[in-house]
Amino acid sequence: MRKSEFLTALRKGLNGLPQADIDASIEFYSEMIDDRMEDGLTEAEATEMIGPVGQVVSHILMETPLPKLVKAKVSPNRALAAWEIILLILGAPLWLPLLISVVIMALTLYFLIWVIVVLLYLIEVLLAGCALLGISSFPAYLLTGNWPKAGVAIGMGLICAGLAILWFSGSSRAAEGMLTLSKRMIRRIKSCFI
Amino acid sequence: MDIQLKRGLLDVCVLAAIKNEDSYGYRIIKDIRPYVEISESTLYPILRRLEAAELLTVRIVEHNGRLRKYYRITPSGVGRIEDFKQEWNEIMQIYRFIIREE
Repeated sequence: MRKSEFLTALRKGLNGLPQADIDASIEFYSEMIDDRMEDGLTEAEATEMIGPVGQVVSHILMETPLPKLVKAKVSPNRALAAWEIILLILGAPLWLPLLISVVIMALTLYFLIWVIVVLLYLIEVLLAGCALLGISSFPAYLLTGNWPKAGVAIGMGLICAGLAILWFSGSSRAAEGMLTLSKRMIRRIKSCFI
Repeated sequence: MDIQLKRGLLDVCVLAAIKNEDSYGYRIIKDIRPYVEISESTLYPILRRLEAAELLTVRIVEHNGRLRKYYRITPSGVGRIEDFKQEWNEIMQIYRFIIREE
């Protein structure tokens, strides 16, 4: 493949992305091919070693932020034909609610992950608070001679402290898992547009 | 190698490749390749990411009648390498724990 063919195919593959991004990619790969040729390779060998254009394109798209990607893929690169517009309008009662529910479902799932993470840490703060309260009120009860309450306070304080420590190790691991899950979800959504 | 682990390592490898002197894309690949497999399509997003994070800067130089981009490490980029060295000590401790005799 010639360098110009490679770059044309690359430009076509990235069509829809912001022009500055396309230009930057073209400049990069053009420089790479030139440098390989300067190193003694032929034009065909240089483009072949960089790899199939499709692979290069999907690599770039995978690294492109999701909002940019959606904008690039959703906006058509040509004007819509009259029949397409009519079909879009007539089909709106069907596809619009469907689209909205899919988007809402994805968003809900995503937020749910974060809510669980926040909740885990909230429980941790509550446990730690109870532990502090119990342990710190123990001397006050002790000084006023209120033995039963002093016993309850230190007991509750120590139990809460123990639970807080256990909860912390468990919840940080769970939070880590949730974050990995949310990252995977973003990647999955991205791959729908590539 | 695990993709996430390799990704983190490659970022630091690229920074290390420009640590002593400015370099350009093809030379970075040639310098890194003996140690870890890297292709153009892997390097390109890394360079963009590092530039966006201000760990390196780019300047364009004329070379043989065409333009070539040279990458220069920033103080934050040097800091990233230092952080990595620190993290590596911790990883080595974990490694020793993993490979210890029963």
